[in-house]
Amino acid sequence: MTESYDAIVIGAGHNGLVCSALLAKAGKRVLVLEAKDQVGGAAITRSFATGYSVSACAHLLYQLQPKVRKDLGLKIEYAAENMETIALSPNGQHVRITGNRVEGVSDTDTDSYTAFYKRMTRFADLLQTYLNRPPARLANGTVKDLLTLARLGLDVRLLGKTEMREFLRLIGMNIYDELVERFESPLLRGAISLDAVLGTHLGPRSPNTILTYLYRLCGNHGKVSLPAGGMSSVTEALAHAARDNGATIRTGMPVKRIIIENGRAAGVETENGATFSSWLVVSNADPKSTIMNLVSPRNVETGFTRRVHNIRMHGNAAKLHLALDGLPTIEGLDKKDFGARMVIAPDENYVERAFNPAKYGEFSSNPVLEVTFPSFRDSSLAPSGKHVLSAIVQYAPYKLKGGWTDATRDEFMTAAIEKLAEYAPDLPQRVTASELLTPVDIEKEFRITGGHWHHGELTLDQFLFVRPVGGAAQYAMPLDGLYLCGAGAHPGGGISGAAGRNAARVILSREKAA
Amino acid sequence: MTIQEVQQDRKKSPFYSRQAKLDRLNQWHEWKGYSSADVFYSAEFEYFAIRNSTGVFDLTPMTKYRITGPDSLDYIDRLVTRDMRKIKPGRVAYAVWCDDQGQVIDDGTIFHLKEGEYRLCSQERHMEWLTAAAIGLDVNIKEETADIAALAVQGPTSYSVLKNLGLDGVENLKLFGLMNFNFEGTDLMVSRTGYTGDLGYELWLDPSKAEALWDALFEAGSNYGIKAIGTAALEQSRIEAGYLAAYEDFLPALATVRTGRSRSPFELGLSWLVDFKKPNFNGRRALAREKRSGSTWQLVKLDVEGNKPANHSYIHTKKHGRFRQVGFVTSAAWSPICKHNIAIGTVRTPNGKVGDTLWVEIFYQREMHWTRVMAKAEVVDKPFWNPERRRVTPPGVY
Repeated sequence: MTESYDAIVIGAGHNGLVCSALLAKAGKRVLVLEAKDQVGGAAITRSFATGYSVSACAHLLYQLQPKVRKDLGLKIEYAAENMETIALSPNGQHVRITGNRVEGVSDTDTDSYTAFYKRMTRFADLLQTYLNRPPARLANGTVKDLLTLARLGLDVRLLGKTEMREFLRLIGMNIYDELVERFESPLLRGAISLDAVLGTHLGPRSPNTILTYLYRLCGNHGKVSLPAGGMSSVTEALAHAARDNGATIRTGMPVKRIIIENGRAAGVETENGATFSSWLVVSNADPKSTIMNLVSPRNVETGFTRRVHNIRMHGNAAKLHLALDGLPTIEGLDKKDFGARMVIAPDENYVERAFNPAKYGEFSSNPVLEVTFPSFRDSSLAPSGKHVLSAIVQYAPYKLKGGWTDATRDEFMTAAIEKLAEYAPDLPQRVTASELLTPVDIEKEFRITGGHWHHGELTLDQFLFVRPVGGAAQYAMPLDGLYLCGAGAHPGGGISGAAGRNAARVILSREKAA
Repeated sequence: MTIQEVQQDRKKSPFYSRQAKLDRLNQWHEWKGYSSADVFYSAEFEYFAIRNSTGVFDLTPMTKYRITGPDSLDYIDRLVTRDMRKIKPGRVAYAVWCDDQGQVIDDGTIFHLKEGEYRLCSQERHMEWLTAAAIGLDVNIKEETADIAALAVQGPTSYSVLKNLGLDGVENLKLFGLMNFNFEGTDLMVSRTGYTGDLGYELWLDPSKAEALWDALFEAGSNYGIKAIGTAALEQSRIEAGYLAAYEDFLPALATVRTGRSRSPFELGLSWLVDFKKPNFNGRRALAREKRSGSTWQLVKLDVEGNKPANHSYIHTKKHGRFRQVGFVTSAAWSPICKHNIAIGTVRTPNGKVGDTLWVEIFYQREMHWTRVMAKAEVVDKPFWNPERRRVTPPGVY
């Protein structure tokens, strides 16, 4: 007996949930199939040692689009909002950044940073408008597409002559050159470099790292928060919104393939043999696994297959989880500072040097880290008096020379802990349990090809009109009835929900037109 | 300074030694790295060998790929626009393959050698596209151009020549069929295919036996008017047969830079090769759109008045006494056998329907001075030359 639905969404990642909720809200009978036993995809809280829980992949919230919150009436409880970023210095002379303010640098830098932040957030606001819309079609577009493009041009022009010139100068540029020109403080330059390259296979000297930086600012101007109970509380809230609107969510149902009938999507088959039929299949999986595994290239055309095959999506960020029997000591930090986000990126060259080995398939022996102590603000994550450290550690290339083994993973984890110990000497003896997820582990656990959290490198050649690939950038795949709604589609990754929302809007408007 | 000698020789076909002996004019050109003769004695003489006796053309330089593996049928079926499930082992299919935009990359013949094993032959090289088409499928693609010596044996007496060569059973070989024979202990594959539109065969075997085959063939054909032919004679006969040539009648889609310079199968008059019953093939979505909304171009076969070949001419319509340019001629020839001035061209739709009258602007030079005529041209449906003997099995003895 095959159950039939108006729409089937593959994967209950945050984008899949946003899309399902919006489709269900529009009156569709929606089925969401999730492989894991828990909804949330890469935005989940899970245990990694007895008594210790952590947001297992994404660990900070900064991009959730206001439009998504509004459309779904989301109410998220925060353990910490608008967190401070502390750029750690080995000698305790830290630099503190919150919004447009920076402390611990020269007066010149303070002013420059305020001006820089103002400009960047203004550009990010412009970009954000387009991240929350389906990208226009460049060829064979409709009048609406032309208007969107004209609007983009106009919006850029309306920045004013000077700012437009700056926007066009910066958008494809690397962040390194801009930072070196603008700021004196190495720590400030390092911290911004890290923000620009986090989660990518890019160094601060790589092209378009200003774009990735702007991307980070889209939505909430880079304000970082910590949801109470970890990331699962965000995705649980989304799941509630979907269920409240009538969507059915079934976990523990890995999808084996998308059923194709007469050249169009007709449903899905799960690994345990259940089939569900629907003329509308929406994949929250990344574009590569959607096309290569779930659809199979034999059901789509060669040019498209080749473009999907060639999407660059090798992750380079690892995730470190440590269970600590108490907070470590860091010179120059008070206890309250453990509620902040800390970064280890002493200067821009350090970040670039950390990236160098990754180009040749080696991990950084001097990695860069984004460190949080989520249990400091959220006691639900660790036993009383104990703490959790959650860090993103770069760079750990997906394609490690010789492959990732238990030994190489341990080696990389040791490098990360040693780096932490340079700032918090007592940290190693406080570790009672540990876990490191390499991109290969992330690929396996979260079913993201290449373990890349954007489901595809965020570079100009894979952005906007050509994301995930040219000819399929409007969520609809070149297979009738199949859509993408995940980070691999426009605009990209991060816990933003924009892709899921845009996809739902495209699906609904197409239906209306048909 | 010393000058280094660089090995720049063009490849020589395994039949080269025999062709060189017959060659009187030393007129060769390059074909995919090989030397290929334009003409050996005289283009007209060689042309009449094709139409009146037997012409032998060396098609070793023709690009050949061997496609094998468990997914080979699925692979080929997705690659080309026609239904390859209907092409059983021992059969050959003429096919075109398109990019995702439904534009023709090339045309060629696909030999179903045995279950799950194919040979694809085309004028151009396509490894890059064929490799891309193999992503996610379990197939193996190998170029075997240099591993196989091939001859086209074409003309009314070609059957008699092969029979005389001792190929017993070749009388049962049907059009677009293939058979294997033993030639001096080596496998000789014979297919009833060709590029002349006449009774004819193509012979395929290991290069080591190439010269022996040539000698035996010319021995067997000595009383049947067998002649080596060059590209010039072949070109004339393929136009008569209405066959297309890449870079003449269409540009391979992947070689075009400007939009609108490539052609779809519909625009090349090959709609019979497009099978929408197949749920998926390269270009299907774009071609389905084109079928709904109409094509931009239409290939036309033209019967032109007069006797001046209409090479490179503009094609016009004439309305209220005024000419309007609607396309151009891509191939043209005087056809001695049809006694017609023929041409293949491309015109903007909706022009070019069968029976339409178009005008061809022919420039020609007489004692240095250029002259122009507007020649009336009728759009015809059938190939100019398509004799019954091409299809009859067993073939007639001429």
